[in-house]
Amino acid sequence: MVSFNLLALVSFAYVAVLFGVAFWADKQARKGKSSWLRSPLIYTLSLSIYCTAWTFYGAVGYAARSGLEYLTIYLGPTLVLVGWWWILRKLVHVGRAQRVTSIADLISSRYGKSNLLGVIVTLMAVIGTTPYIALQLQSVTLSFSVFAADQQAGWARPDLNITAFWIAAGLALFTILFGTRSLDVNERHSGVVTAIAIEAVVKLVALLAVGIFVVWGIAGGPAEIAEAIETSQMATWKMDGARWVSITFLSAAAFLTLPRMFQVLVVENANERQLATASWAFPLYLLLMSLFVLPIAVMGLKTMPEGANPDLFVLTLPLSQNREGLAMLSFLGGFSSATSMVIVAAIALSTMVSNHIVMPLWLWARRANPGASQSGDLRRFVLISRRLAIGGILLLGYAYYRFSGGGAALAAIGLISFTGVAQVLPALLGGLFWRGATRTGAAAGLISGFVLWAYTLYLPSFGADGIISSKMLADGPWGWGWLRPQALFGLGGIDPVVHALFWSMIANTTAFFAFSLGSFPTPLERLQSAQFVHALPQNTPSRSSLIGSGGAEDLLVLSQRIMGPVQAQTLFENHAKRQGKDGYLPDPTPDFIERLERELAGLVGAATAHAMIGPVVGGVAVSVDDLMAVADEAQQVLEYSTRLEAQSEELSRTARQLSSANDKLTQLSVQKDAFLSQISHELRTPMTSIRAFSEILAEREQALTPDERHKYATIIQDETIRLTRLLDDLLDLSVLENGQVSLDFQPVYLHDVIDRAEVACMSFLGAQKLVIHREKGNEAISLYTDTGRLAQVFINLVSNAAKYNRAAAPRLDIRISLREGRVLVDLIDNGDVIPVEKRALIFEKFSRLSDQAAAGSAGLGLAICREIMGKLGGRVDYLPGQGGAAFRVTLPLSDPKIRDNS
Amino acid sequence: MRPPDRPLFVARESYRRSRIIDAIKLVPVLGALLFLIPILNMSSGSATTFSGLLYLFLSWLGLIGLSAYLARRVMQKDVGSEGEMAESPDKDAQ
Repeated sequence: MVSFNLLALVSFAYVAVLFGVAFWADKQARKGKSSWLRSPLIYTLSLSIYCTAWTFYGAVGYAARSGLEYLTIYLGPTLVLVGWWWILRKLVHVGRAQRVTSIADLISSRYGKSNLLGVIVTLMAVIGTTPYIALQLQSVTLSFSVFAADQQAGWARPDLNITAFWIAAGLALFTILFGTRSLDVNERHSGVVTAIAIEAVVKLVALLAVGIFVVWGIAGGPAEIAEAIETSQMATWKMDGARWVSITFLSAAAFLTLPRMFQVLVVENANERQLATASWAFPLYLLLMSLFVLPIAVMGLKTMPEGANPDLFVLTLPLSQNREGLAMLSFLGGFSSATSMVIVAAIALSTMVSNHIVMPLWLWARRANPGASQSGDLRRFVLISRRLAIGGILLLGYAYYRFSGGGAALAAIGLISFTGVAQVLPALLGGLFWRGATRTGAAAGLISGFVLWAYTLYLPSFGADGIISSKMLADGPWGWGWLRPQALFGLGGIDPVVHALFWSMIANTTAFFAFSLGSFPTPLERLQSAQFVHALPQNTPSRSSLIGSGGAEDLLVLSQRIMGPVQAQTLFENHAKRQGKDGYLPDPTPDFIERLERELAGLVGAATAHAMIGPVVGGVAVSVDDLMAVADEAQQVLEYSTRLEAQSEELSRTARQLSSANDKLTQLSVQKDAFLSQISHELRTPMTSIRAFSEILAEREQALTPDERHKYATIIQDETIRLTRLLDDLLDLSVLENGQVSLDFQPVYLHDVIDRAEVACMSFLGAQKLVIHREKGNEAISLYTDTGRLAQVFINLVSNAAKYNRAAAPRLDIRISLREGRVLVDLIDNGDVIPVEKRALIFEKFSRLSDQAAAGSAGLGLAICREIMGKLGGRVDYLPGQGGAAFRVTLPLSDPKIRDNS
Repeated sequence: MRPPDRPLFVARESYRRSRIIDAIKLVPVLGALLFLIPILNMSSGSATTFSGLLYLFLSWLGLIGLSAYLARRVMQKDVGSEGEMAESPDKDAQ
């Protein structure tokens, strides 16, 4: 007999292997070697979380109780998948185009980014999934107890509730480790999906192995199995037609609306090819999973003692034949089924809870106290809220398990859950295919369907006198017979699931259509409806005018807090480049704001992203053009003029470039004039004093004391040095600009260069108390560059930070990061931000921020830096949105091309 | 703008493709029919579980085979056009 300890050990080892695989896959994905992770095979296998412990253990029990009806659970999804061109293809396109994070997000985004709908769907999903999670806990607990049944000593027969509790706690921990390690835009959980794919293989192999053993090992062959079925108590096919149709429909609906299925089907989907393959491969997987279910059920009923739980035949049949290895494999299969479902469901639900309940509450709290949230990294907050949500969801599942008594058949629990989540279907399909569907209609449909489901199926599931008293079940509330939960309006005598599905769906769709027809959508709703319903032929109404006065810099600050600095800066930089602008701040065009909002929606959900961006862009998120497009719906005309618009966009981009070049030239000309007077002044002042003092020395040499003579000579010398330095800088710049400079490339470590710059600065700045914070751990990067020139750049930037920083306690942070084969060195101080209009000019020759000739510079330092970085194959830029003056030095990693050029 | 010497060929191609898509759209209808036919048979009460099992699994398998054939056909014709676009929706945005 397998000992309990061995069982626990095997489970732990299995989980450890899965974790290793997930970790490795995440690493591969981060390195960009993830093409195989997006293969149709992995996608198909990941869909297998549809087959939970319900399938693994429950299907056999279901077959033993109701014959062939168990197949309906798999026929429904098969119909959805082979008909992928109808619904799934569109769903996946919409999901990708709108950066949808969950089913709640899709519904909320479709109906005008309504947070109310997000909250409703989230609550429904959490409540509807709770029985399902309880089902997994129950099945794993039962499977442990099967192994423990024969054991007497130790903790062999622990309290089942305690076992269930520790399983729930372990799964919560596992999910948190797996699913909420990081938060990135476009994040697909590559690690989790890979682990799920492995679990899919394990459970398929396990079930097939048990099936083959039962057919060939116990029964003796296919012919004997056929005979066993013909002679068993289920020989004639007793079919309940209503249940057959209802459950097929229900499983098809649930396949689309279960939060975890939506997660793997839509959110983790990478391309249409995956879907095309899954359209036949996943039905094949389902077929294989259900192939041996009936034989196992028949042989179980035949050979196992009377009263044995048919839900556990998959485990008890091999055990009764003393096949412990097979039983262990079967146990692992069931364990896989349960864990993969719980992990993905908890990830999906926690995303929904954090995006649609926690974040809106946070935004609401911020409104009351605007000062408190101006700083800090939101990503941590989001991650923590997701982790807490995962714990909460598993706790709810455990509570349901305790309350429902843990005694019900697995299939019965699963159907309750299916009926609950299927209530989202009308709003989902209506939203995808009918432009007339409105927020009011969706909310009315969801709420009425949900209330009826809860009343007719969910609450009675807690057992007699659980939540609804048995008297109320039998006679209805206050003795009103027509309101009996399981026989509404006198429609008694039919199966409770069929009854609940019938009434809830009727009420749901009726309310959905009636309220949609009777209400009028807001402009944002109509805009979204057009984007969703016409998602496939990419004809979203184009937007061209500038909206609001939202500062791009405020948007950058906001995005950095949600996406993290690296991703936000890349996004802004790329978009600025597309607009033909240099640097990190694109113009806040509607196009850009729409894209940014979508990126943020990928992290915090559409409604929250909309609410966060709204205030920054001045509350105008729907432009006049949009309203026009909605008002006259003349989109055909827009289509014809698409090419014209593309041209005019090109023209306006060129015009923008020209006008900014012109502005720059004008400013440069003004500056040059100013500089000419400046430079003559600079040259004249030392010259005047040199001349005056040398005249004194020449004419009155005899009258001077040696001390005076020495003093005058020193002044002449200092002034000469100043002149020389000025002329050196000018010469240096002209040499750099004319490309006559010879660079001395050599391998060097970045930290050596920064050390050198720091020492040099400290030696001549001396008294100024600039505190430099460095990340020495990150600086060990080897470069192939001109050490002296690079040090010159750093010296210049550090001494600027020291000279111009007027903060009480000046500090300078030097941060290093790597991106796309480049080293980024950010020098960020806590002094004054450089005004936007000056940023384009500070790198030009002779430019100075203030007129005061601070520390005697001629305004050449940054110009020299820029020239040097150009020669070294990198660049230096002003980095906006950091709360102080900040410069970014970009360097290539060791690059052989530079060697050739030098 | 297509080159003037290609329209006949392209039209034939795209005609084929849209018929394949039609076929894909019809597969679930066929499937629903196959899976619901047993209900009609119930009134006679003569069906055995084993024959039902054989019938359901064979029609299921047929549906899978048909779907696999059509999915392959449509994706082959897709290569280079929509398939590529679907592969990297972000490229144009970067």
